[in-house]
Amino acid sequence: MLVLSRKKDESIMIGDQIEIKILAVEGEQIKIGIVAPKTVKVHRSEVFEAIQAQNKEALSATSNFLEQLKKK
Amino acid sequence: MSTSMSTFKGAYEVMKISTKFLGEIEIVEQDILTFEHGLLGLENEKKFVLLPIDADLPLAILQSVDNAEIGFVVGYPFAFKEGYSFDISEDDREQLHIEIEEDVLTYAIVTMKETFQESTINLLAPLIINMGKKLGKQIVLQDNKSYPLRYPMRTLEGSAK
Repeated sequence: MLVLSRKKDESIMIGDQIEIKILAVEGEQIKIGIVAPKTVKVHRSEVFEAIQAQNKEALSATSNFLEQLKKK
Repeated sequence: MSTSMSTFKGAYEVMKISTKFLGEIEIVEQDILTFEHGLLGLENEKKFVLLPIDADLPLAILQSVDNAEIGFVVGYPFAFKEGYSFDISEDDREQLHIEIEEDVLTYAIVTMKETFQESTINLLAPLIINMGKKLGKQIVLQDNKSYPLRYPMRTLEGSAK
C-alpha cells in the first residue's frame, strides 16, 4: 500500500483524472472531496461489505422455501 | 464442463446440473449466463442459469452451474417496489454489450427467512442481465433511500403481476 501524508486542502491525483482532496479534519472525522469522471463509481467500502454479507446471507435460505410458497 | 455430463440434442447442448432447490435438472448450454466478475463476495461464481419457479409469482432462481449449493431466490424488483428504477452506467452497458434496452432483465436477490413477512429483497445491488448476449452483472447503485439493501418483501401479495 502506498502511504502519503497530506494536510488540509492538499490533494493527491490518481491517474490524471481523479483527484482526492482533504477538505477538513475534525477529530476522528476526515472530510474527503473526490473529483472523478462520471464513469468512475465511488462507494463507501462498507456498502460493498454489506452487499457481500447480504449475498452470503441470502445463500443460507432454507431449501424448503418452495414448500413455503405453496402454503401461501 | 465434462463431456460425459452433456448429450447432444439437435442444435442444443444439454447438460445436467445439481441445484439447490430443484434437485438434478437438465439445462441447455445456450441458457448459461456469464457473470464475468461473479457476484459480490462470490467473485469465482461466473456461470449461472435462471430457473422459473411459478409463473404467478415475480420470483425465479439464479443457480450456479458449477456449485449446487450456490442458488439464490431472486425477485423482479419492480413488482415489490413501485417506481423502482435506475440508470445503467455507460461502463456497464459496454461490459454487458447492451444495445437493445428490451434485452435487459433486472432481478434482485432475495434473502428468504422463515416467513415472507421477514424476508427481504436487495434493491441496492440488483442483477442486470443482457438476455440477448447472456451476460450478467451485479451492480451497486448509489447509496440512497430509494434503494434499500434489505427491502421488506411483505408486499408480495397483491402487487405481484
